[in-house]
Amino acid sequence: MTQTLTETLRPASPAELRDILADAARDGAKLALRGGGSKRHIGRAEPAATVLSLGGLSGVVDYDPAELVLTVRAGTPLAEIEALLAERNQMLAFAPFDHAPLFGEPAGAATIGGVIAAGVAGPLRLMAGSARDHLLGFHAVSGRGEAFIGGAKVVKNVTGYDLPKLMAGSWGRLAALTELTVKVLPRPALRLTRLVRGLAPAEAVALMARVMGSAAEVSAAAHVPASAAHGGAPVTALLLSGFPPSVASRARLLDDLTGGACDAAGLENAESDAFWQAVACPVALPADLPLWRLAIASGKAAALIAELGLAPSAYLLDWAGGLVWLASDLPAETVRAAAAAAQGHATLVRAGEAMRETVPALPPREPAVAALEERVRRAFDPAGLFETGRF
Amino acid sequence: MSIVMPEPDSGVLARRTQIVAALRAIVPGEGVIDDADELRPYESDGLTAYRQPPMVVVLPETVEQVSAVLAWCQAEGIKVVPRGAGTSLSGGALPLADAVLLGMARFNRVLSIDYDERVAVVQPGVTNLAVTRAVEDRGFYYAPDPSSQIACTIGGNVAENSGGVHCLKYGLTTNNVLGVQLVLMDGQVIRLGGRTLDAGGLDLLGVVVGSEGLLGVVTEVTVRILPKPDTARALLIGFSTVEGAGQCVADVIGAGIIPAGMEMMDRPAIHAAEAFVNVGYPLDVDALLIVELDGPASECDYLVGEIERIAQANGAVSVRTSRDEAERMAFWAGRKAAFPAVGRLAPDYYCMDGTIPRRRLPEVLERMEALSQHYGLGVANVFHAGDGNLHPLILYDANRPGELARAEDFGNDILRLCVEVGGVLTGEHGVGVEKRDLMPEMFAEADLQHQQRVKCAFDPDLLLNPGKVFPTLHRCAELGRMHVHHGQLPHPDLPRF
Repeated sequence: MTQTLTETLRPASPAELRDILADAARDGAKLALRGGGSKRHIGRAEPAATVLSLGGLSGVVDYDPAELVLTVRAGTPLAEIEALLAERNQMLAFAPFDHAPLFGEPAGAATIGGVIAAGVAGPLRLMAGSARDHLLGFHAVSGRGEAFIGGAKVVKNVTGYDLPKLMAGSWGRLAALTELTVKVLPRPALRLTRLVRGLAPAEAVALMARVMGSAAEVSAAAHVPASAAHGGAPVTALLLSGFPPSVASRARLLDDLTGGACDAAGLENAESDAFWQAVACPVALPADLPLWRLAIASGKAAALIAELGLAPSAYLLDWAGGLVWLASDLPAETVRAAAAAAQGHATLVRAGEAMRETVPALPPREPAVAALEERVRRAFDPAGLFETGRF
Repeated sequence: MSIVMPEPDSGVLARRTQIVAALRAIVPGEGVIDDADELRPYESDGLTAYRQPPMVVVLPETVEQVSAVLAWCQAEGIKVVPRGAGTSLSGGALPLADAVLLGMARFNRVLSIDYDERVAVVQPGVTNLAVTRAVEDRGFYYAPDPSSQIACTIGGNVAENSGGVHCLKYGLTTNNVLGVQLVLMDGQVIRLGGRTLDAGGLDLLGVVVGSEGLLGVVTEVTVRILPKPDTARALLIGFSTVEGAGQCVADVIGAGIIPAGMEMMDRPAIHAAEAFVNVGYPLDVDALLIVELDGPASECDYLVGEIERIAQANGAVSVRTSRDEAERMAFWAGRKAAFPAVGRLAPDYYCMDGTIPRRRLPEVLERMEALSQHYGLGVANVFHAGDGNLHPLILYDANRPGELARAEDFGNDILRLCVEVGGVLTGEHGVGVEKRDLMPEMFAEADLQHQQRVKCAFDPDLLLNPGKVFPTLHRCAELGRMHVHHGQLPHPDLPRF
């Protein structure tokens, strides 16, 4: 999975970045924006592009825990931010994760700008929202070579268009983000994961729907059909988080809802965190197969698994069935058709270069929506600086 | 009325009869209104200081009709102003003399509810409260609860990204909407988002929510519904200083507690509310907090104890905790009646909506008091304390010459103050016409132009809800040009690539 790139630029200030982009607009250059590079193997190779690293724009600008707001430069490593927040018992509530281990590389390089630009969200997305829900404001330089801002630095704001939503998940195709203001939340005092073993996929999806519709306030729900940590058996996991008295009473409610099927002990705090980390970044799925991420209507998960005839070792379900991680060499058309039938779409996260040349990483859109997306991209990047052919 | 709306196009006004006939061909029967008396109810929204009867009102019933109306208007160069229930407090649905007012009231059906997936699909004219009514017998509700929820519609909520007292914990409309069907100005019908929790491409839904009717007309909305919490309890906490109340809020959040709601009222608001509803608010305090907790009873019990402790540590002079539902409702009664209660203090009031970093609250209230003296107008404050969203209510008498203008100037100064301390012009009411000309206080020209180019991608002829949000209307062709910084490129002779 190597790709040769002609050159790397690494601006040390937003002003320098603006100059580079203005020059690129004039010269018709192509720029591949990069944070830590943890997701550089997603999408087509981009041999004609110059890498524009934002890693030089790093550091915390402002953090006031009581305001629930953190402002950082985009190139700040995610791990650094997580450590800073943990000191104050806070967290990024959308639970972003580092993609590097999925590509056999060490974690640690992913930046906040990268996870925001890729819209990365882990298991907590189910109830707490995604990257888009937690990005309050940004500074950026667009493909026009102009610095601009969107959103603000307060948690409640409807002034002007919600451009932060557009930036989150834009994969560096609208603008180079330089500074981000994100909402942060208290880290729950107690995280307790209850496990139910031995469920078939349809039973697991039904159970997850039942508990999510209850007063148990489950904050994450996943089904791992072949859990190495549990002797290869299926495990359905339900995360309770909050203050201990609340978690205890909700755990009793879960016992009622599951007919006493939950393991008595469960996983607490660090153990629980480790379990969900493995769901967020599913390194246990076969590493030698293409890896897909399907966002679907959760009620269709069991039908999708049956239709594709998936072996237990090939997939896991997160978001109460609304997210399927799938390691499979099934034809791309088959996977994408199944996702569409489940009212969703499939992103190709990992594949060999040959497959990535022919199969687009991002799901195809309806023609009218694709045309609108194109017009929006041209609004920010009229010369197509960021259109490197990656997507 | 200090805001100037776009000059009506006399050519369009001259074609009014033909336009009405064309609309009748698309929407038959009573769906087109052109009688002057019948147009009057549409002449303003919740921002009643601004009034303008529309050229004609059209009330389509089907997506096909919406599409045909917009396509025809686009082809003919006719402006369109969309309208939900008309409860906007910022003039977002203010008609234009030469525009078609597109009312979505007839789209009033709940289309489907899926309890397993916890989503409801509704038409945009369904009221906010009706969504909760449709699902509450199964123990669910729709979380965003703007104070106008009995009247305001989901379509309007999407346009304005509406909040409510519970958005600290449960988010605004944007965090609770999964998808929309949207008709673009050229009549194209598209779907953005859907049943999934991931956009799978550019998050166009995210920019449509809160776009104040400038990007498209929503014809269907998929929302998330939540199981209703078991228990709700409220605390009523009085402080002799605003600083004490502010520190209590900061310490509650610092302790890792995100209450369902956390409201503050200042002395004038407390006195007005108590005189109006007599629920036993303490009158010897400078600030009153209502903190609401929801969830399992065990959680509420535990957190009540924690918050009582934090309140005492911050010098609370009175702490009451609701013992039953009736008492909880009584605590809220004064806060919920704050606007009409303040309305009794003066013939008119003007409600503002800035957000500030909470830590700046004492300073902002102090400077607001100085502005109050300067303008000779009273002000009462209710405040979504958890998220820093201020609602100063400026008291004035519209029948006194010049007072409305003074109230508006006072309000504008308050909003400038919000921006100066690091906040924003509007936390939940929208820019509309009201705050349109203040946008440069918060955004530089380049910032606004980046927003306006998004508008151009959706509506290149600028026909949808013009005159709202943006202080200056730039033609899209002009915005599309690449500009050279300060007249020169940074390194004009140095090829970098």
